[in-house]
Amino acid sequence: MRSPVFFLIAVLTGAAVFFGARLAHNDYLFFAGFVILQFVVLATAWNILGGYTGYVNFGTAAFFALGAYSSVLIHKLYPLPIPVLILIGGVVSGIIGLGMGYLTLRLRGAFFSIATLALAVVLQTLVVNWTFVGGSRGAYIIRPNTIPLIGNYIEYLFLIMLALAIIAITTAHIIERSQLGYGFATIRDDEIAAEASGVPTLRLKLIATTISGALMGMAGAPYPYYIGYIDPTSAFGLGYAVNSIAMPMIGGTTSWVGPLIGAILLGTVQQVATVTISSEVNLLIVGVLLVTFVIVAPKGIVGYFQDRLRARSRK
Amino acid sequence: MNIPLDLLVGALVSGVLLGGFYAAVTVGVSISFGILDIVNIAHPAFIILGSYVAYIVNQRLGIDPIVVSIVVLPAFYALGAAVYQIYHLSFEKRGRDALRGLAFFFGILFITEVALILVFGVDFRYVEASYIGPSLHFGLVDLPLRLLVPCVVSLVLFAGLQLFLSKTFIGRAIMAVSQDQLALQLMAADPVRIKRIAFAISIATCSIAGACLIIIQPVEPSVGREYIGRIFAICVLGGLGSLPGTLIGAMLVGIIESITSTFYGPSWAPAVAFGLLLLTLAMRPSGLLGR
Repeated sequence: MRSPVFFLIAVLTGAAVFFGARLAHNDYLFFAGFVILQFVVLATAWNILGGYTGYVNFGTAAFFALGAYSSVLIHKLYPLPIPVLILIGGVVSGIIGLGMGYLTLRLRGAFFSIATLALAVVLQTLVVNWTFVGGSRGAYIIRPNTIPLIGNYIEYLFLIMLALAIIAITTAHIIERSQLGYGFATIRDDEIAAEASGVPTLRLKLIATTISGALMGMAGAPYPYYIGYIDPTSAFGLGYAVNSIAMPMIGGTTSWVGPLIGAILLGTVQQVATVTISSEVNLLIVGVLLVTFVIVAPKGIVGYFQDRLRARSRK
Repeated sequence: MNIPLDLLVGALVSGVLLGGFYAAVTVGVSISFGILDIVNIAHPAFIILGSYVAYIVNQRLGIDPIVVSIVVLPAFYALGAAVYQIYHLSFEKRGRDALRGLAFFFGILFITEVALILVFGVDFRYVEASYIGPSLHFGLVDLPLRLLVPCVVSLVLFAGLQLFLSKTFIGRAIMAVSQDQLALQLMAADPVRIKRIAFAISIATCSIAGACLIIIQPVEPSVGREYIGRIFAICVLGGLGSLPGTLIGAMLVGIIESITSTFYGPSWAPAVAFGLLLLTLAMRPSGLLGR
């Protein structure tokens, strides 16, 4: 499918989701939907680096929180509309991603992963000690109740996250079908062979890290407005890292469909579990599902069905 | 800048003591990551597990945490062997898929942490022993026993492992397994078995490291996360797979952290190890004593 067509279908689907949700006249739907869409963006972003090139990023929370705290900082200095904040959050996280990648991507993959974990703790320590953005006590963001044209503020936030999800998925789709995507795949399959055949692996890895980091930062930028109160422990929560790894792994890492399916599935399960059981138990569910899937179905749901289809067509 | 001498000496001494303890925390990863090339990021979770085992037995029966940790060593050894078996069958055997192996250990880290929270809550837990509290004094130097005891225990563990790896047949086989598996087979040693033993030993050290940890500071389930960076920073800083390097790296991190928290406040201490790690990776990824 060509990219403009794909984008059009994605927008139409998004519009259907938004107006469908509006029909229900239930604000909770938007609150829950925002979180699920946020995970769609994070999972898709993670997969651009993790799934396409095979480099595991444990620092989703760091990039996400970078976006969120950029918003807090700007909100304190001079409040700007959220779409602008998203751009800024994306740029900040993208730059940090590029820098990180430049420091560690020339080494073996495991070092990059460990360094991303380290990045999360360094940034968290910085934020905890930075009183201007709230320090360890956190910061409050007072948001307006209504917004022109759309009305309800939570519907506005939902719409923004929906747009971000469409952008993220379209980006992933474009990358997949482009030369860039094939370059990423060669890195995943055999980096040394790729390097020897003249694929500029370091440059490609840096591009992937930057795009992935930028998208994560963009997902984080509206977060303070959604939650109204932000503190380092919640913004840097390990839940983001685990979810953004688990969702593509469960859905399937080789194409844009996998993270989408994984995020919708796991996101919905967690929303239900948080309400009905407890938020700790729902994190336990994610962890157990992650381990089960990497052992039992390493190709995820998408890979599992592809294999079955292939097996059937052979008969 | 005018630095009071007794403060500096105190920081240095507690840094060295802390460094000794860090050596015990890291030695397991030096074996699993440094020698076997298994990126076990769940290692700190097993250490916390060790802390909780020491805590439970200490609270119920009043037994010394160090003694407890030595008694449960075989259980941790068995746990390590089991984890390796799963890892081997699901990842190593199917071909090198580092991505899924990493996700696997990340999942284990997460499950252990959440399970501990569900059972024990997020309250800080601590143990009771006669040496927690008093200190020895030598002029300017003040040796708190709660740091000294874990440090000595750690150094004994460390020396024991170093002897084991360099003097025994299995120890040498462990050092060799990452270099040449075929040669190892020709020496009549099964590489998978050797790796299983080595990984099991690395998890077994968590029992003792965990007991030391809960003697030094109160423990809650997410404390382990701080140790991920510290452990890997030390491991990389010292040079992968080099035990003497690990000891030097541990002392360095201990001293720098202790000085940072004395002069700039403890809230900055977690960033030190991670900063060092990033710096090492950028400047000299093979570490101080790396090959």
